[in-house]
Amino acid sequence: MAVISYIDAVTAALHEEMERDENVFVLGEDVGIKGGVFKATKGLYERFGEDRVIDTPLTESAIAGVAIGAAMYGLRPVAEMQFADFILPAVNQIIAEAARIRYRSNNDWSCPLVIRAPYGGGVHGGLYHSQSVEAIFANQPGLKIVMPSTPYDVKGLLKAAIRDDDPVLFFEHKRAYRLIKGEVPDDDYVLPIGKADLKRDGDDITVITYGLCVHYALNAAEKLEKEGISACVLDLRTVYPLDHEAIIEVATKTGKVLLITEDNKEGSVISEVAALIAEHCLFDLDAPIMRLAAPDVPAMPFAPPLENFFMVNEEKVEKAMRELAEF
Amino acid sequence: MAIQELRMPKLGESVTEGTITKWLVSPGDFVNKYEPVAEVLTDKVTAEIPSAYRGIIKEIVAKEGETLPVDAVICTLETEEEPAGGKMEKETDKIRRKTAEDNKTKLLKQRYSPAVLKLAEQHNIDLKKVKGTGRGGRITRKDVLKFIESNKTSIDEVRVIGQEQHKMEQKTIHTVSADSGMVEIPVTGIRKTIAENMVRSKREIPHAWMTVEADVTDLVRLRDAIKEKFKAKEGYPITYFAFFVKAVAQGLKEFPELNATWEEDKIVCKKDIHLSIAVATEDALFVPVIKHADEKSIKGIARDIYELAKKARTGTLEPENVRGGTFTVNNTGAFGSIQSMGIINYPQAAILQVEKIVKRPVIINNSIAIRDMVNLCLSIDHRVLDGLIAGRFLTRVKEILENMNEEQTNIY
Repeated sequence: MAVISYIDAVTAALHEEMERDENVFVLGEDVGIKGGVFKATKGLYERFGEDRVIDTPLTESAIAGVAIGAAMYGLRPVAEMQFADFILPAVNQIIAEAARIRYRSNNDWSCPLVIRAPYGGGVHGGLYHSQSVEAIFANQPGLKIVMPSTPYDVKGLLKAAIRDDDPVLFFEHKRAYRLIKGEVPDDDYVLPIGKADLKRDGDDITVITYGLCVHYALNAAEKLEKEGISACVLDLRTVYPLDHEAIIEVATKTGKVLLITEDNKEGSVISEVAALIAEHCLFDLDAPIMRLAAPDVPAMPFAPPLENFFMVNEEKVEKAMRELAEF
Repeated sequence: MAIQELRMPKLGESVTEGTITKWLVSPGDFVNKYEPVAEVLTDKVTAEIPSAYRGIIKEIVAKEGETLPVDAVICTLETEEEPAGGKMEKETDKIRRKTAEDNKTKLLKQRYSPAVLKLAEQHNIDLKKVKGTGRGGRITRKDVLKFIESNKTSIDEVRVIGQEQHKMEQKTIHTVSADSGMVEIPVTGIRKTIAENMVRSKREIPHAWMTVEADVTDLVRLRDAIKEKFKAKEGYPITYFAFFVKAVAQGLKEFPELNATWEEDKIVCKKDIHLSIAVATEDALFVPVIKHADEKSIKGIARDIYELAKKARTGTLEPENVRGGTFTVNNTGAFGSIQSMGIINYPQAAILQVEKIVKRPVIINNSIAIRDMVNLCLSIDHRVLDGLIAGRFLTRVKEILENMNEEQTNIY
């Protein structure tokens, strides 16, 4: 099995799906000749040509709108937002049209659309290249939001997203692009959307998180193991709708739960996870549910010390995990 | 003057590492703040690394052509500048946080979490008796679980204490009778059980015996080579016995006939290989069980042996530890024995005695060599087995042992 980076897994999934199904095409800013600003669509233009790899104007509402129209007529567009921060002009299209169309047309129409967008900070990107935007969409029935943490999950879930008959938002952590490498099979496989994945088992504390924070938690768990603290780590993978069953199971298992997101704390995806645990696991809790997230200030400062202060990192995760274990 | 470190900077979004292509300074050079010290290549750009301080280059840590993660130290320099951010602020922060936390934790001792209350109710536990190890002495879910566990073992402890009393009684009797020139030791407890089991085995099982000798020179070399390192790394010793247990487990996998019991009208071959190992204490013999020995590495077996032997010697074996054995391996070599005829551990079908490894002259290719030799003595239940299968099994175990060496054997 080849060890490849997170971003290469994105490219591999796109490549394989475009080979498999001629209805699949990509569109976005600079995705063609340039191969994307992060090089996620590298080589697709050369292989599939300008009809299936389309450079668009700098108009996110149009990227989403065109993709929605094409999807409703039977194609399988994969639209790229150059940065998740710039998805905002397309929100009306995504929420009011893509998410609603199956319900609104009583099942006559559907919208098999994928919107990919790099999100997340720690890359010295300042206000417009660092944000997490999942919470904006995470209460819109009709949408699915996938946020993978490993190259293996990236490939399997992106392929599943492309084959899904309804709109999927696929958020890729841009810091993970080249930082995270892992084994990815060459063959065709898909992973189920809507299922969380237990990345590590343990019995003292439970960490529930997603995206890059999964790696912080796994590294910290490895260290804490040596101190006799055994942590289990659940990777949500799909943040909307949530995998209720898996969350309840791991929360009940240890009764001590730490929820981590890189997003601002209030109203984030983990707030919903906390509510779910409060609803179902009260009598199995051994400590107050603990949350580690960014402070409630706009994401995120440009100055490196302030960016460090804002961002969740391995050190903060380790400290929170130890604190919870000692409670 | 202070020594400061220069680190690999983050040169652009999503960049996590960079390669030093050229150093622009050498140790001893004076650099101004922001003056370039090296050229670096990332997958996005080639750039110069500016010095964060004004000072003298002390040591070049990263070599030209070396790829380093962001934030790795590339060189050090001597400077009068202090890094940004004072220490004072941090200290006061810490103190403030600590007092706030102390006030909060004082209340925690009498507060029970829902999980703790639920467990206490289920197992009928008086929480006043449980010692809390959480913050401020809080009782955690794990404390309750441990309390439940230790209540189980406290029954065993009572038994051990009972045995201690036996010992004392024995000693008193011992001294009294010594006066008349004879020693009388009353047979009770574990001695009585051992006696009964031995008699039963000897009475019911027609024993037959067989011995082979194995050349374990390579195995000895292997074990000697890893001994120190293993102990330092794992915290427990790697004994020869672990290798023998492994070889027997492997042999049994191929000859399940020996992993069996006689049940009057049928012979039952067990699928699971659970190996009983004999552990002797001053006045008793225990046979704790290594479960699924065929699925464990040599390291895993060594660990089981170490832990089971420790439990046996401290009298903390739990019923779970001694149940379900399907074949016994006895380390008679530990007593210095070079040949013995073991009594089968009822109702198993065979027992293997691993004798002492001794250096002996051996003839190889018509010349005499000094080799490490060991006798493997097998006792079989002749109702279940005949010499043929037993012989094949022994030959196979011998073969496995003789092929254990530094090149081929992985203990992990």
